[in-house]
Amino acid sequence: MVKYWRSLDELKDPVAFKKNELKLEVDTKRELFKKESASSRRDFLKTFGFSVAAAAVVASCKKPIDKAIPYLIKPEEVTPGMANYYASTYFDANEYCSVLVKVRDGRPIKIEGNNLSSVSQQGTTARVQASVLNLYDDARFKTPLKQGSATAWEEVDAEIVQKLAELKAENRKVVLLTSTIISPSTKKVIGEFLEEYPNAEWLQYDAVSATGILKANQASFGKAFLPDYHFEKAKVIVSFGADFLGTWLSPVEYTKAYTAGRRVLETSDEMNRHYQFETGMTVTGSNADVRFPVKPSEEAVIIADLYNQLLSAKGMAPVSGQKSSVDLSALVEDLIENEGESLVVSGSNDENVQIIVNAINNLLGNYGSAISLKKTLNTRQGLDDEFESFLSELNSGNISGVLCWGVNPVYNHPKGETIKTALENIFLSVSFADRKDETTAACQFVCPEPHYLEAWNDAEPKSGVYSLAQPTIPKLFDSRQPQESLARWSGTESPDFYTFLKNNWENEIFVQQDEFANTQMFWNDALQKGVFESEQEISQNISYSENGLENALSAIQPASSGWEIAFYENMGMVNGNFANNPWLQELPDPIAKISWDNFAAVPVRWAEENGVANESVITVNGVELPVFVQPGQAPDTISVALGYGRQVAGKVGEGVGKNMFAQTIVENGAKKFWLAGAEVVKTEKTYKLALSQTHHSMEGRPIVRETTYDEWKIDPASGNEKHEEVEDHHVTLYPEPEFKGHHWGMAVDLSSCIGCGNCAISCQAENNIQVIGKEQVRNRRIMHWIRVDRYFSNDAENPEVYHQPVMCQHCDNAPCENVCPVSATPHSEEGLNQMAYNRCVGTKYCVNNCPYRVRRFNWFQYINNDEFDYASNSELGRMVLNPDVTVRSRGVVEKCSFCVQRIQEKKAQAKVDGRPIEDGEIQPACVQSCPGNALVFGDLNNSESKISKLFKNKRNYHLLEELHTLPSVGYLTKVRNKKA
Amino acid sequence: MYKTEVRGKLIDGDKSFSQISREITAPINDKTPLWWYAAFLISLGMFGFGLYAKYITVTKGIGTWGVNNSIAWGWAIINFVWWIGIGHAGTAFSIFLLILRQKWRTAINRAAEAMTVVAVFCASLFPLLHMGRPWLFFYIFPYPNTRGPLWVNFNSPLFWDFVAISAYLLISASFWYFGMVPDFATIRDTTKSKIKKAVYGFFSFGWTGSSKEWLRFEGLSFVLGGIAAVLVVSVHSIVSTDFAVSVEPGWHTTIFPPYFVVGAIFSGFAMVLTLVVLMRVLYKLNDFVTDSHIDAVCRILIFISLIMGTAYMTEIFLAWYSGSEYEIYTFFKNRIFGEYAFQFWAMFISNAIVPQLFWFKKVRQKMWMVFVISIIINIGMWFERFNIVITSLSHDYLPANWATYSPSWVEVGFFVGTLGMFIAGVLLFFRFIPIIAISEIKSVAKFNKPRKDHLKHAGHE
Repeated sequence: MVKYWRSLDELKDPVAFKKNELKLEVDTKRELFKKESASSRRDFLKTFGFSVAAAAVVASCKKPIDKAIPYLIKPEEVTPGMANYYASTYFDANEYCSVLVKVRDGRPIKIEGNNLSSVSQQGTTARVQASVLNLYDDARFKTPLKQGSATAWEEVDAEIVQKLAELKAENRKVVLLTSTIISPSTKKVIGEFLEEYPNAEWLQYDAVSATGILKANQASFGKAFLPDYHFEKAKVIVSFGADFLGTWLSPVEYTKAYTAGRRVLETSDEMNRHYQFETGMTVTGSNADVRFPVKPSEEAVIIADLYNQLLSAKGMAPVSGQKSSVDLSALVEDLIENEGESLVVSGSNDENVQIIVNAINNLLGNYGSAISLKKTLNTRQGLDDEFESFLSELNSGNISGVLCWGVNPVYNHPKGETIKTALENIFLSVSFADRKDETTAACQFVCPEPHYLEAWNDAEPKSGVYSLAQPTIPKLFDSRQPQESLARWSGTESPDFYTFLKNNWENEIFVQQDEFANTQMFWNDALQKGVFESEQEISQNISYSENGLENALSAIQPASSGWEIAFYENMGMVNGNFANNPWLQELPDPIAKISWDNFAAVPVRWAEENGVANESVITVNGVELPVFVQPGQAPDTISVALGYGRQVAGKVGEGVGKNMFAQTIVENGAKKFWLAGAEVVKTEKTYKLALSQTHHSMEGRPIVRETTYDEWKIDPASGNEKHEEVEDHHVTLYPEPEFKGHHWGMAVDLSSCIGCGNCAISCQAENNIQVIGKEQVRNRRIMHWIRVDRYFSNDAENPEVYHQPVMCQHCDNAPCENVCPVSATPHSEEGLNQMAYNRCVGTKYCVNNCPYRVRRFNWFQYINNDEFDYASNSELGRMVLNPDVTVRSRGVVEKCSFCVQRIQEKKAQAKVDGRPIEDGEIQPACVQSCPGNALVFGDLNNSESKISKLFKNKRNYHLLEELHTLPSVGYLTKVRNKKA
Repeated sequence: MYKTEVRGKLIDGDKSFSQISREITAPINDKTPLWWYAAFLISLGMFGFGLYAKYITVTKGIGTWGVNNSIAWGWAIINFVWWIGIGHAGTAFSIFLLILRQKWRTAINRAAEAMTVVAVFCASLFPLLHMGRPWLFFYIFPYPNTRGPLWVNFNSPLFWDFVAISAYLLISASFWYFGMVPDFATIRDTTKSKIKKAVYGFFSFGWTGSSKEWLRFEGLSFVLGGIAAVLVVSVHSIVSTDFAVSVEPGWHTTIFPPYFVVGAIFSGFAMVLTLVVLMRVLYKLNDFVTDSHIDAVCRILIFISLIMGTAYMTEIFLAWYSGSEYEIYTFFKNRIFGEYAFQFWAMFISNAIVPQLFWFKKVRQKMWMVFVISIIINIGMWFERFNIVITSLSHDYLPANWATYSPSWVEVGFFVGTLGMFIAGVLLFFRFIPIIAISEIKSVAKFNKPRKDHLKHAGHE
C-alpha cells in the first residue's frame, strides 16, 4: 500500500500530528462560538435602543418645509384646481369697469366682466382684460426707492415725514397731484391728509381730460360735472369726434347701450341711427350709419350751424353764424323728427363747443331722456387750467413738494421737460407709481403702490353707484397703498386702509340702503357682488341756462386751411400708461390693423397724388412718422395716436412709436388735441410697420353680408339671399355628421360687433396665447385665436367699414381634419374641432387647408426664450398662465377651442348637480366680456337655446358656406340704418 | 428586326466589346481630372451651407423661414416637388423605354437612374425638416403601438405621400443597383487596384456572367421595371393629391395627377438632358451618347411640352368655366395678371413655349442650345411649383388673410444645400460607377455593325 503524507511531521509521527490537528480545529471553533454569543442579545438591545432614540430625536426636530403641502385645515372656499371668482373694480386711465377676478390656486389669472354692474354690465375692454398682466410685470417696483436705489419703508417714511413737517412749519406749498380719484374712501384719506397739512393742496390731473364738458356744464348748469349719457334711449345719435365706443368717457357702458339700440332680431326691433363727424377713422366712426370726415377746425362751425338750422327748423330765430361745409339737412330732419329721443355728443375739449352742444341737446329736449342729470359720471374730474396754474407755480418755485399718484405729466404734458426739471430740483418729490415711468424717474422717493388686484379700494363711478375692489393675491412686492402712506404721514400710527374702507362704508354707504339691517351682512353682500347702488333718490337741483352760449357762438373760429393734425387715443394704448403691457402693444389697431407702433394716418387722395404709401415716412412738424394710408381720413388732415413713445416704461414699452403728447398744445386753459397749420414733409425713408391685415377689400365676395334697416324690415333675409341658395344646394353623398349629445355653436351678430378687440385679449388671457413681437407680427404670424377682420367698401375717401370676428369655425366637415397625417386634429362628439398638441408634428397642411386661416403655428419657442422677451420669459410673467390650458411648444399648430376647458368645467358641474346644462351657462372667454353682446354661444341641439334661435334667424349665414365645410359658427348680417 | 431608320447610330465607331468596356470604365480607372476635384469641393461647400441652414432650422424652428400663418408652405414644398419631379426621370426613362424595347435607352439609363436616387434623397429632406417637430417624424409611420392603438390618418394625402415616396425610393434604388451588378463585375475583372477589386467584388455579388445569371438578371429587370413603372405614375399622382385633396383655389382640381406626372417626367427628362450633355463634354462619350440620342430626348421634350401647355390651358379654362370666383381670382387676377404674373409667365414660357424650339433640327444639333433649353425647362418647372404652392395660398378665400411670401436665407440655404448634395452625388457617380451600362450597351453593339451596302446609315438588323 502506498503511504501518503502531507508533511514531514506527519511522516514521522502520524498520531501526534492528527491529535494536534484536531485540537487546533476545536480551539478555533470554540473561539468563534464565544465571539458569536458575546455579541448577540446585549448588542442587539443596545443598537436597537440607540436607533429608536436617535429616530425619536431626529423625528422631533423641525425640518424646514420648502414644498407645497396640502392644507391641514382647508379654507372652505379653496379647492386646489378649482377657480374662485372675486368681485373687484378696475379704474385706470379714467376708465371704470366692475370686474370678476378669476383666481386659481392663489393667482389671479383672468378678468371677467361683472354682470351685476349697471355701468359695465359684464362688458370689459381690451385694457381691462390686459390689466391682469400688469400685475406680473417685471417693470414693477419691488421696494420703495430713494433717489433710485432700494431702501426700506421706515427710512422713506422718516425722511418724507421730516420733509413734510419742515414744509408745514415753513408753510411752503405741497401739492398732491393725482389722476381723477373716484374712490370715496380715498377722498376721505386725502381730506385727512390735507387737514394735517394745511400747506398742502390736492389737484387732479388727467392726461386726456374732459375739461371742455366740465366747464361747459359749469356754464350751462352752474356745476362742473359729466352727465349720465344713455345711448340706448336715443334714436338718433350724433357724435362730433367723440369716440364713445372706443375711448370716450365710459366706452363699455356706451357700447352696451349703443348696441342694445341697434339689435334687430325680431321684426318689431328698432334701430337707432348714428351720425359721426370725425377726422380720422375711429371705432365709433367705423360703426356709424352716416359718417362725415371733417377737419377738426370745421367741427365747431358745423356744430354751430347745426344749432342754427335746428333753431330755424323749430321756427325760432337763428343766430348769426357761419355755414357748415357739410349738408346737414337730413340730419336736422332726423333730429327734429326724433325730438327728445336723440343725443348729440362732442369729443372736443373746447368749452365753447361743448356749450353749443349743450344748447343743441337742450333744444332737442334730450336732457332728462338720453342725457340724465340725475347722476353724474365721475371718471374724469381733472381740469386742465388748474394744472396749468400749478405748472406756472411749480416753475416759479412756489411749490416745494409734489406727491404724484397715478399721473405722468413728464410724459403726457407738452411741457414735460420743464416739469421734469422742476421735479428734479424741488425740495420734496414723491411718486406712488407701481412701475417705472418718466415722472417717477424724476422723483426723489418712490413709494410703490400695489397693483389693483393686490389692494383694497372702492369707487363711485357715478353718483350713487358704488363698487369695491379687494385684493386677490398677497402683495407680490414690498408695496404699500398710497392711502396708507398718506395716513401714516398724517400721523396715524399703523394705518390699515381695509379697516378704514370698511368703516367708511359702514358709516356712509350702509345708510343708503335698507335691505340689510346688519353692517356686516351689508358689507359681505357688497363685497361679494362688488357693486352697490344707492337706493336713495339723488336729485341734482340743476337746470339748463343759456349762460355763455352767446359768447360761445361768437367765439367759433372759421375753419382753417392747410394741414391739421388730430391726436387720438387708440384702443390699446389710450393714454400710454399700459405701454409696458405686451398684450396691448400687440393688439392690432381696430381700423389700421397695426400693432407695436403709432403712425400718421393720411388721406387716401393725398397719398395717391404724392406717391406716399404705407410705410413711407413723413415728418409732421419735424417729427418723423410712418404712414398708413387711411381710407376715410378727412382731406388735409393727419391723425396720430397718443400713448406711444414712452421713454421710461420697461422692456416692452420703451421706444415704441412716437410721443404725440409733446405735440399737443394748451389753449384757453385746456389741452387741445389738434393742431392747425401743421407742416408735413415727405421723406425718402421708409419704416416697417407690423400690419396684421394688408388687404382691405372683400373683392365682392359674400364674406360680410349686409343690408339696411329699411330693407331688413321688408325682408329679414335681405342681403342674405345667398344663404338660401347654398342651403338649396346642400346635398352630399356622404352621411351628414350627427351629434347625439351637445352640438356647440356660436353666433356672431355683425351689427353688434363694433370691432374693439376685447375678445382677442380676453382669449389671449384665457388660452395662454403668446406675444410674438413686432417683427413676427409683420411676418403675418400673430397668434390671436380670434381676430377681427376689417374690410372697407365703396368710396375710399369715406368708406363703409366692416368688422368681422373670425375664430375657428369648428366645421362639421372640416377640411383641416382629414389632411393631418397623424390625426392630431380630430372632431369631437360634440362638434368641436380639437387639437391634440402632443400628437402634432407640424406639417402645417391644416393651416393651408383652413379656408378661414384661423390656425396658428408656433414658429418659434415663444416661452422662455430670450428672443421673445415679453410676458413669458420670466417666472413672474408666467404666473398669468392659465393652468387649465396647455402651453404650446414650438412646432405645433394651435387654434380656438371654443374654450373647451370652460365647457368641460360646466359639464362636470352640471353632472355633479345632476341637472342638464342651462343655456348660456357656458361662456367662452370672448363671449363672456363682449361689450357689444355680439357673441352668443350655446348648444345647437337644444332647440330652445338662444343660439338655435339665432341660427334660425333669417339674418344668419355661415362664412364661406358654399364650400360645404358646415361651420358651427354663424354670422348675422350687418344692418346699417341708412336714410332712404 | 428593325428596318426603319428613325434612329441614328447607337454607337459611333466600330468598337470591340473590350474597347467598350475600357472606354466606359476609363473615368474610374484613369487619374481623376482636376475639374472633378474643384467641382466636388464647390458642391461640398454648398452642401455645408445647406447643413448650416438645416442646423438653424432644427435648433431655432421654421420661424427662421419666410413662411407664415397664411402661406404655411414655401420653398421647402416647392423644392420637394421639384426634386421629386426630377427624380422621376430616371426611372420613367429607363423603365418605359425598357418596356417599349427602345434600345437607345442603354446609353442614358444608368445616368438617369443614378440621378433619380440622388434627387429623391434630396427631395425627402424637405418634408422631414419642414415639420414643426422633425424629431417626431416617426409619428407618421403606421406602427403598432400601445396608445389605443393610435394609428395614422389613412385619409391624409401626406401619409400616402410618405408611403409612395418611400416605396419609390426603395424600388428605384434597387432597380439602379441591380442593373449595375454586371458592370461592377466587369470592373472587378479588369481593374489592377486591389482595393477596387475587393470593393467592386463585394458589390458585384459574385457575378460570373453565366447564361443562367443573365437570364435571371433580365427577369429581375423586368419585374422591378414593372413595379417601378406603376410607382412612377403613382408617386407623383400622390404628390399631386397633397394639393388636389385640399379646398384651396388652384389646388382643388382633378387634372392634378396626370398634370403632375407629366410635369415630373418633363423636368426629369430635362435634367437627364442637362446631365448627358455634360457627360459627353466632360468624359468625351460622344461615341456612346450620340447626337441621335440627344435628338431623341429633344423630340420627346417637344411632345411633353405640348402636353404641359395643354394642361396649363385646361386649368385656366376650367377655372373660368367653373364660375367659382375664388378660382377665377387665383388664375386670372393673381397668376396671369396679378402679383405673381412674373412667376406665371416664367413658367408658361419656359415650359410651353421655349421647348418648341426643338422643332428645329439645327437647335437639336447645337449642344449648347440643348443645354441652355434644358436648364430653362428646369427653371420653368421650378416656377410651376412656385405658382402652385404660393399663389394659391397667398390670395385664397378671405382677403383679410392675404399675405405675401419671400424666402429667408435659411430656406435658400437649404435649397442650395440640396443642389450641392445632388452635384456631389452625381460627381461621385461619375467617379466610381460606370456612367453607361456596359453590359447593356454591349447588347446593342451587335446591331451597330455598319452594313456593307449601307455604309452611310447605321441601322438595326
